[in-house]
Amino acid sequence: MTGGEVVFSRPESLRRTPTHYCPGCTHGTAHRLVAEVLDELGIRERTVGVAPVGCAVFAYNYFNCDFLEAAHGRAPAFATGVKRVRPELIVFTYQGDGDLASIGLAEILHAANRGEKFTVVFVNNAIYGMTGGQMAPTTLPGQVTTTCPGGRDVEQVGYPLRVAELLATLRTPGYIARGSLHGPEAIVASKRLVRRAFEHQVAGTCFGLVELLSTCPTNWGLTPMAACQWVVDRMIPYYPLGELKRPESATGQVAS
Amino acid sequence: MSAVTIDSTRCKGCELCCRVCPQGVLRVAKQINTKGYFPAEVGDGTLCMGCCMCAVVCPDVAIEVRVHGVHYDFLGQ
Repeated sequence: MTGGEVVFSRPESLRRTPTHYCPGCTHGTAHRLVAEVLDELGIRERTVGVAPVGCAVFAYNYFNCDFLEAAHGRAPAFATGVKRVRPELIVFTYQGDGDLASIGLAEILHAANRGEKFTVVFVNNAIYGMTGGQMAPTTLPGQVTTTCPGGRDVEQVGYPLRVAELLATLRTPGYIARGSLHGPEAIVASKRLVRRAFEHQVAGTCFGLVELLSTCPTNWGLTPMAACQWVVDRMIPYYPLGELKRPESATGQVAS
Repeated sequence: MSAVTIDSTRCKGCELCCRVCPQGVLRVAKQINTKGYFPAEVGDGTLCMGCCMCAVVCPDVAIEVRVHGVHYDFLGQ
């Protein structure tokens, strides 16, 4: 059938380049959510993205807007520079958990603490994807990776880092939220969070970070469908979803 | 009547769309595509109600949805 109204098609902000992601990896979904929000807010022409090091290192090939490629973990520093020099531009970084929560923790913490008015899309899949499935700061207790074949031992390496909660405790106003990409209703809810984060930047209100729980079927050793279920069963209990901080609740307390 | 179109050259055969389709419209093809994956394909397309759930979960944006006539709103949007 060729007639009828198109109700779902590729957003203009996403190029037609096929992605290099593994089958079932929800990075593609996260890309699409950001692209849809750029289209809906009509800000594509003045948007600059900052790509990380990690699985999303080729993000500049997939988005149809200006892009920078940052050094490992330093995307918030790049974004700070762009946003301070050209405040009228919309700046976002797209980072994974190895990039943001591990090597780049200082950058993101201080960018959030300074209240830099850009948006961070943080993709958390609880493992280092690109380098072959090593333990990340966000790896869950007992989760098997190539560098913890017996499962993450919290006695030795501590508990997984909840970056969103960590940033939500800062006194500086910000918008911190966490969504998931395991199924249609979670994706729709996550898109709302991404959109709000970008709206805060368009309004010039505050720093925004949206953490998106993502799957890594290849390195988790699961099928894409089982990986989505694993997010529900294992990740969401440890990483609760929702808005953790809004700019109006700038008391340093985590909003309910 | 609604219709889903799957770009079989982009599809990586993750089967997420087949799982979420409430009408069981989508299935896995028996032929591999140029990437070497078994892509999703439309089975009985007349059952499609244009809910867009397949397109929402597709990580490779390989699905386009058209609606014509009466269809159901997806989650009130």
